[in-house]
Amino acid sequence: MTVTTAAKTPASDVPMLLGNERKWTDYFTFCTDHKVIGIQYLVTAFFFYLVGGSLATVMRTELATPAPDIVTPDVYNGLLTLHGTVMLFLWIVPAGAGLANYLIPLMIGARDMAFPRLNAIAFWMIPPSGLLLIGSFFFEPPTAGWTSYPPLSLTTGMLGEGIWIMSILIGGTASILGGLNFLVTILKMRVPSMSLTDMPLFCWAMIATSLLILISTPVLAGALILLAFDLFAGTAFFNPTGGGNPVVYQHMFWFYSHPAVYIFVLPLFGAISEVVSVHARKPIFGYRAIAYSSIVISFLGLIVWAHHMFTSGTPPWLRMFFMITTMVIAVPTGIKVFGWVATLWRGKIAFTSAMLFAMGFIALFLIGGISGVMLAAVPFDIHVHDTYFVVAHFHYVLFGASVFGVFMAVYHWFPKMTGHMINEFWGRVHFALTFVGMNLTFMPMHELGLMGMNRRIALYDPQFTDLNVLATIGSYIMAVSTIPFLINAAWSWRYGPKAPANPWRALTMEWRTLSPPHIENFEELPVLTTGPYDYGLGYIAEEDPAELYEHAVPAPVAG
Amino acid sequence: MQGSIDTAQSTINIAQEGAASHHEEHPDHRMFGILVFLCAESMLFMGLFIAYITFRLVAVEWPPAGTPELEILLPGINSLILISSSFVIHKADTAVKKNDIAGVRTWFGVTALMGAIFLLGQGYEYANLEFGLRDNLFASTFYVLTGFHGMHVFVGLLLMVAVLWRARNPEHYSSESHFGIEAVELYWHFVDVIWIILFILLYLW
Amino acid sequence: MNIPSSIVTLLVGIFVTLASLWYGQNHGLMPVAASAEAELVDGLFNTMMTIGFGLFLLVEGALVVAAVRFRRKEGDMGDGEHLEGNIPLEIVWTAIPAVVVLGISIYSFDIYTRMGGLDLMNHNMAPAEASSSVQVAYAPGEGDMPLMTNAANATAEVPAILVADATAGMGAIPGTAVGSLLSIDVKGLQYAFIFSYPNGIIDGELHIPVSQPVELNLGAQDVLHAFWLPEFRIKQDMIPGQDTRLVFTAIREGTYPVVCAELCGPYHGGMRTQIIVESPEEYQTWVDSRLTAMAAGDRTIANLPKAPADRSELEYLNNFVEPMQLAIAPESLAELQTHHTDYSPADYPHAEHHSLEMGS
Ligand code: HEA
Ligand code: HEA
Ligand code: CUA
Ligand SMILES: [Cu+2]
Repeated sequence: MTVTTAAKTPASDVPMLLGNERKWTDYFTFCTDHKVIGIQYLVTAFFFYLVGGSLATVMRTELATPAPDIVTPDVYNGLLTLHGTVMLFLWIVPAGAGLANYLIPLMIGARDMAFPRLNAIAFWMIPPSGLLLIGSFFFEPPTAGWTSYPPLSLTTGMLGEGIWIMSILIGGTASILGGLNFLVTILKMRVPSMSLTDMPLFCWAMIATSLLILISTPVLAGALILLAFDLFAGTAFFNPTGGGNPVVYQHMFWFYSHPAVYIFVLPLFGAISEVVSVHARKPIFGYRAIAYSSIVISFLGLIVWAHHMFTSGTPPWLRMFFMITTMVIAVPTGIKVFGWVATLWRGKIAFTSAMLFAMGFIALFLIGGISGVMLAAVPFDIHVHDTYFVVAHFHYVLFGASVFGVFMAVYHWFPKMTGHMINEFWGRVHFALTFVGMNLTFMPMHELGLMGMNRRIALYDPQFTDLNVLATIGSYIMAVSTIPFLINAAWSWRYGPKAPANPWRALTMEWRTLSPPHIENFEELPVLTTGPYDYGLGYIAEEDPAELYEHAVPAPVAG
Repeated sequence: MQGSIDTAQSTINIAQEGAASHHEEHPDHRMFGILVFLCAESMLFMGLFIAYITFRLVAVEWPPAGTPELEILLPGINSLILISSSFVIHKADTAVKKNDIAGVRTWFGVTALMGAIFLLGQGYEYANLEFGLRDNLFASTFYVLTGFHGMHVFVGLLLMVAVLWRARNPEHYSSESHFGIEAVELYWHFVDVIWIILFILLYLW
Repeated sequence: MNIPSSIVTLLVGIFVTLASLWYGQNHGLMPVAASAEAELVDGLFNTMMTIGFGLFLLVEGALVVAAVRFRRKEGDMGDGEHLEGNIPLEIVWTAIPAVVVLGISIYSFDIYTRMGGLDLMNHNMAPAEASSSVQVAYAPGEGDMPLMTNAANATAEVPAILVADATAGMGAIPGTAVGSLLSIDVKGLQYAFIFSYPNGIIDGELHIPVSQPVELNLGAQDVLHAFWLPEFRIKQDMIPGQDTRLVFTAIREGTYPVVCAELCGPYHGGMRTQIIVESPEEYQTWVDSRLTAMAAGDRTIANLPKAPADRSELEYLNNFVEPMQLAIAPESLAELQTHHTDYSPADYPHAEHHSLEMGS
């Protein structure tokens, strides 16, 4: 199966192989191939998405009635904490890392990541961290919310909180190692002919993401270490009864967790820049603007964290500072959004599933972004902080952008990853159900929050029942919507029609190798002939160039 | 496991027959990687420092009433030892560039010794301090910061021992290939710089 | 049809403007505005809704139009136009959001100042007394906890690490005669609010007179809570060991919810009570009745519900459909009140006829 063993085999009477198919067992090993690791990340993340989504479905069921009747308030807080933590640290972050792992080397023409072994180690930290966290549900779940503010988090039970801290420390380490790998790979391992401004925008987005990971995640680790000392060693860093200051924890936590929201969404910003361009067959509008705005976003993202703390007793002049920096983020983000819309404009839009999800992404992110800017206005945030308005905001950006983004990316790169085409009809059904369910669930939450429903409650004022019922129905539709996707993906992986090397006739480099790519990515290092988005200049990429198959390798004798 | 071994083999294979540049570049990436990693690591300390500064700035009285004065002399000497060890370890780097492996062994040995003295000094200081981890906010931050730094020193010692172990084989390091030595040196400088900031914050400010 | 595109653009512009102006005023998404601050916030919110809705229409509209007009024809394998960018256009769509957010920032800043956000004068609280510990009937999980007055909080139980006078929150609307504020201490604890009035009244509900600035000194007993008055659009975290403060003016009589808005444990959702805004006369009557009751030796606050743990969920729920009551044992209150026995009717804050010449 590999070059080495093949060389020793007599070539004559064995069938020719392409040397690109992986044994399924490889995916369960400590394999250092970035493509295997990428898929491992994506599948693991998706598993956790189902877990987090199931928790959310239970929560929504509980919230269908004002009384805490399905689960006790205590259990509800466990569900909510795990839902938030699982969705963020075990779904969105690993999903982004999975895409980055799979795509970066292919896009820049490298054979692997800079540090393959480190890469595999980073991946293998995710499953234990996740299973630990989910396992805690059966003993004593953490119940202090995904933010885990002390002093509450110091009083809710040592075991659950301890597991929460452990699991995030492990996940955070994995994330740092991943970010390190991405950054070094992109900066150092491009094919010689590729300058930074010839890179696909996904790589730009990953530079920005990696910088954020490397700068902010260690601070979270610091906060968690201090919290762990308070919890286990009886110190009082954050515990007022011993003279500590709980607000310092909030600063440290948000110094990570605000940039984290861009860690979640920037990889998908990168991915959507690829997808709209390919499926509208038009160059991305304003390459440089979109590329540099990623960097600007990551810089600004580091200096806005206290907008989560406008009611925590932050001094007034600081609130004003953070309000203005937060609002300014709308500018670079707007550049991206307008760039994508302008890319679609006068293009030749193919309504593939990937494109549908991309358009859904833009539509929903816009809503979440606008409500985000509203939240940044201090006087208004004082009213809606910690209400369902905030819940609506972040699900629009997290679900509407990040999750739609991941689905979009999966539909787009599925042929490359698996070598099989995914069924488009069921993809559209998936899109329609998800889009409707999503809006039905989260749109009413804006009104709920404004009218006075606070978040993180298992029991609520009965005046809010109607809108909550609507949201619950929406969440069931979303739950149902995952079923066509699951079946479609599993079935297509096995039985879908064979994918050509370049089904979308795209110009970026990952499409200039077999589907799935060779073990070593490229038969020989590719040379840039076009920019990543040079549509409309007469280069029409072939779907399945014959020369890719010239070097087919004979299969090894049974083994 | 099968899959990974195969891949590793074929990497070498292709690197040898194909563009040889692929392999040569590698050491560079590793040093760059270490540099990036240390930047991330310094953010961890930065977070702890800022926490300390904030605790201190919002406090009415600092250190809180009843905290005994910190002894400066011993930690001062200790700091000098640690800081000078940074110069010593640099000698090893100079040595390896001249293919002087014996020199590497000596200088790494001396650095490791100095690091060990630092740790022992720190242990001695802990043993003689009049406050415990939980006594007050100052005490807690003091122990966590110095302890965390001490852990880094300890890791540095382990790394030096590993380099010394490898250097038993005179062929292992050469003027061309000495990633391990450079990496440990960089790490050690990092540990030093952190200590300087820490010393200023905890003892002098 | 060939309507010139400039006319189409103009028509679209007019439509979007009108639609968003209309929506910004008629969204009906806010509860009634019961405080002077609420009206300011609503003005800001309406403006942001107008701009936000306009942006929403423009961008979503462009998406829909693109989706309809620029579909790929069946069998068309060609590429779209090679349009890599358009610098003037990009400058425009960078500049417009920049101007918009700058505008919103300045407007917010203005509203914030008018709400007294920058006006956090160092308000001297009562001189520290010895901690007056009282037992709370239930404090789930931790057993009984001592209940402290705010002033004692900063000095006694909690070591003086935190600066006691680093008060944060919202100040008075500038121009308010600060000396005349009715000042009420609020203590948050799992899962209730306790209001201590200046003349020694302690209650589980907040009674205030209309049209008069009120100052709340917020403190927390155990974990973080947040004091939220949705109809007043104000909220402030209650932080153990650090007092915070809110000043506001009610402009509408009525009964509104008081909500805890910071996760504080399983019954966080049940931590609610109500604020009753009355005319000065009614308020006076209430104060008098409370004082008479106290003078007669009745030291209960109100009827005392059992702890949530030993009641069915539904009963507990009814509790805040009906007015929420406070779960505090009589003995605890008795102790708390010993520190306030020196009241006399002359201390009633409003008896001094507050001047209401605030800026609003
Ligand atoms: C992917 C995740 C993600 C993203 C991208 C964002 C993006 C933004 N967020 Fe959000 N946010 C969260 C996830 C995210 N957020 C989460 C999880 C929380 C809650 C955490 C918790 O408490 O549990 C939160 C909470 C949160 C708060 C705190 C609310 C509170 O608790 O009181 C605030 C306040 O400022 C805020 C603001 C913003 C802003 C200004 C943006 C901006 O980046 C948005 C910018 C985008 C646009 C504006 C749209 C496109 C732009 C244009 C079309 C240009 C023209 C636009 C204008 C002129 C307005 N967010
Ligand atoms: C990426 C992040 C992400 C995503 C995708 C989601 C997705 C969803 N979220 Fe979540 N949410 C958060 C991040 C996210 N959330 C965060 C950070 C919080 C804050 C937590 C906190 O306050 O601490 C939160 C809080 C939160 C709340 C507020 C709770 C409260 O404050 O009391 C609610 C309430 O409705 C909610 C609902 C939902 C729903 C219905 C979905 C749905 O979209 C989910 C849809 C998915 C599914 C439904 C999958 C279903 C699959 C099956 C049912 C099949 C099962 C099969 C197998 C397991 C084999 N979320
Ligand atoms: Cu108190 Cu929530
Ligand atoms: Cu944020």
